[in-house]
Amino acid sequence: MSTQRNSDLVNRRAAKPHTSMFLRMLMRAAVLRRGRAASALLAMAVAAAAATAMLNLYVDVQAKLRKEFRNYGANIVVVAKDGQPLPADALARVESALDGHGLAVPFAYVMARTSDGQSVVVSGTDLDQVRKLDSWWSVTAWPNASQDALVGARAAAVVSPQGKAFDLSFQGRTIHLNPAGTLRTGASEDSRIYLSLKDFESWTGLQPSTIEIAFSGSSEEIIALVQKLTPALPFAEVRPIRQIMEGEARVLGKTRATLAAAAVLIIATAALCVLSTLIGWVFDRRRDFAIMKALGASEGLIGGFFAAEAAALGAVGAIVGFGVGVGVAAWIGRVNFHAPVVPRFNVLPIVFVGSIAVALISAVLPIFLLRRVQPAMILRGE
Amino acid sequence: MFGRLVYESFRRQKRRKLLAGIAITLGVAVATAMIAVATDIGDKISRELRRYGANLIVTPQEDTLDVQIGGVDLKPPSDGAYLNEADLPKIKGMFWRNNIVGFAPMLPVSVGSEEADESKNISLLGTYFSKRLTFGKQDFVTGVRITHPWWKVQGSWPDDNSSDVLLGQTLAAKLSRKPGDDIEIAGQAHRISGILSTGGAEDSPIVAPLALAQQILGKPGAVRRVYVSALTKPEDAFARRDPQSLRGAEYDRWYCSPYAASIAFQLQEAIPHSHAEQIRQIAQNEGTVLSRIKGLMLLVTLAALFASAFAVSAAMATAIFERRAEVGLMKALGAGSVSVAALFFGEALLLALIGGIVGFAGGALLARRIGRSIFDSQITIDPVLFPVILAIAVIVTFAGSAMAIRRAVKFDPVYALRGEA
Repeated sequence: MSTQRNSDLVNRRAAKPHTSMFLRMLMRAAVLRRGRAASALLAMAVAAAAATAMLNLYVDVQAKLRKEFRNYGANIVVVAKDGQPLPADALARVESALDGHGLAVPFAYVMARTSDGQSVVVSGTDLDQVRKLDSWWSVTAWPNASQDALVGARAAAVVSPQGKAFDLSFQGRTIHLNPAGTLRTGASEDSRIYLSLKDFESWTGLQPSTIEIAFSGSSEEIIALVQKLTPALPFAEVRPIRQIMEGEARVLGKTRATLAAAAVLIIATAALCVLSTLIGWVFDRRRDFAIMKALGASEGLIGGFFAAEAAALGAVGAIVGFGVGVGVAAWIGRVNFHAPVVPRFNVLPIVFVGSIAVALISAVLPIFLLRRVQPAMILRGE
Repeated sequence: MFGRLVYESFRRQKRRKLLAGIAITLGVAVATAMIAVATDIGDKISRELRRYGANLIVTPQEDTLDVQIGGVDLKPPSDGAYLNEADLPKIKGMFWRNNIVGFAPMLPVSVGSEEADESKNISLLGTYFSKRLTFGKQDFVTGVRITHPWWKVQGSWPDDNSSDVLLGQTLAAKLSRKPGDDIEIAGQAHRISGILSTGGAEDSPIVAPLALAQQILGKPGAVRRVYVSALTKPEDAFARRDPQSLRGAEYDRWYCSPYAASIAFQLQEAIPHSHAEQIRQIAQNEGTVLSRIKGLMLLVTLAALFASAFAVSAAMATAIFERRAEVGLMKALGAGSVSVAALFFGEALLLALIGGIVGFAGGALLARRIGRSIFDSQITIDPVLFPVILAIAVIVTFAGSAMAIRRAVKFDPVYALRGEA
């Protein structure tokens, strides 16, 4: 009876020679030394979380800051050649090229005369869009009724110093306007009067001659869009506004470089933390190592055992840390940019492989140092 | 006895002390570098944001309206008032003079030229390129090369005292001129030293030294407007208040803060009969971008501090945990928990101080390197940081050791000595 049970066991072991014992040792090691295993896992997870958060931020900060930079307004301008108006479908063509990645606003300009003969520039535009494009405009009240005008602060002093309605004439045609609000920008807009495009067209009969485009993209993408728009709009000149484009590229580049330096420092510190914890952990278990060796385990097997343990620790730590890191990045995004940083799953393999690599290095290093020591010495506690 | 224990512990356990010491040093170095970068980043980014150009504009007080469409000035040149060029160096005498990065006066004139269409005049813009000025004992250089850094010249920039000119690239293409050719302006031949490309409205006129434009206009010393590029503090609710409504101390605080509005106010004081205003497109957005980047770096610095504190505690905990046998021996020989803990804390204090000093020096070097390689300028470290960093290093090291020391002291000496931990 007992021989049969024994041969059963032998058969079972023959089928799976070392695997079950190997797994058992791995599991028991983790369960029996819960405290130590937990602190090693914690170090691993914190390091992986720091790495994930920094990499996520680094990848996402460009998109986040680019949104802030779009507040600077247009970075591409389309101007009709020789003062001619743009054809009616120009705006539609620009918008199809933009494909939702930006804002295009038409502007029409004329030089009109006030009732006492002064020249003033009047512009017709889509006021709702301008409000989004030029967020820095300081406006007392946006016009919403027909024949309401937005009057620049300096123009207001000329055309309606008391805020009364006024008349403007262009080529013999007169329009009666109510100053709905005052506009202050500190630039040439202060000397202009803005109307809705509808009022402007019915008064002057002119079409827009300029389209300002705020496109969110890198300098290269802006140049590419300009090159795409130029053949589509043969009657106009399309040019990037270098002042805005170059300023953005420069500030963004510096910020990313600083963030990259910070990421390197933080990840290095976290990796160091893992290294010191794991080395301590493995050193602490030199008795296990000595017993295994005394029982006749080969060096390869022992190395494999500790490496497998470290790899498992690295893998679990990386996955837990990834989750935490994504949370930290999202929190930083919410606090600073009022929009969470989107988790980037392409960061996961980097964090995963990096964690396992650091764990393996920190496990194999002490094994390598202990190799020459006689097991008897360790077992005697020396 | 205590001193000797500590000394021997350092002498005999070099490997363990080295590991813990390296962890503390690196942690402190990273923390120092990150704090230094984060405190300085506002200043650095603020300088980078000056690449957007001037954020303030000074115009004559009794100016007529600008009549400008698509950057082409349609205002008759005789119209309007002018500022006096001789007043400009006074900008460097104001309270916030050190925040003025540069300024550039502009004087547009319209000139007849035989080469262009007879019916159409060309506009000519007089300005400083990089002019050397003196105010009191200060020498400084200012002009469009500072305030308009995106202007690019193919060829060379003209000298401010010469009568050479730059040709906007659109005009140059129309007249098919190259750098080194001549152009006739107002009956005189001028050398074209370069072709200017700006991606803006200045691509169409001739850009000339200010003196030349004044001579053509026949008004020496006249300036139409001045662009000023200043380092400013992001606007807050206080900045938006009207200076006239402020009293005493509040007014002083407003006046002595580098807000765009208060610098504009001081420019108005410095230049007689002038009106200064912030260019909102540049001035307003600068504040938001700056505060976002500063906020980001602050949070990242917090993360760095946390990571280094964690690394230090982990290293300390490991170092102490490895010495259970020693604790057991000490306790077996009659040492109390207090004296054992005191020994460990003493060692931790020594390690923290050494690691803190070395790490601070390393972090300062690291911050300088980051500053030099990213921003081409030094990141200065406030010496006040040194005691703060040292204190943080000691606190973190103590906090990291405390748990491990508690456990080590509580451990039964018998088990520790038998090696059954």
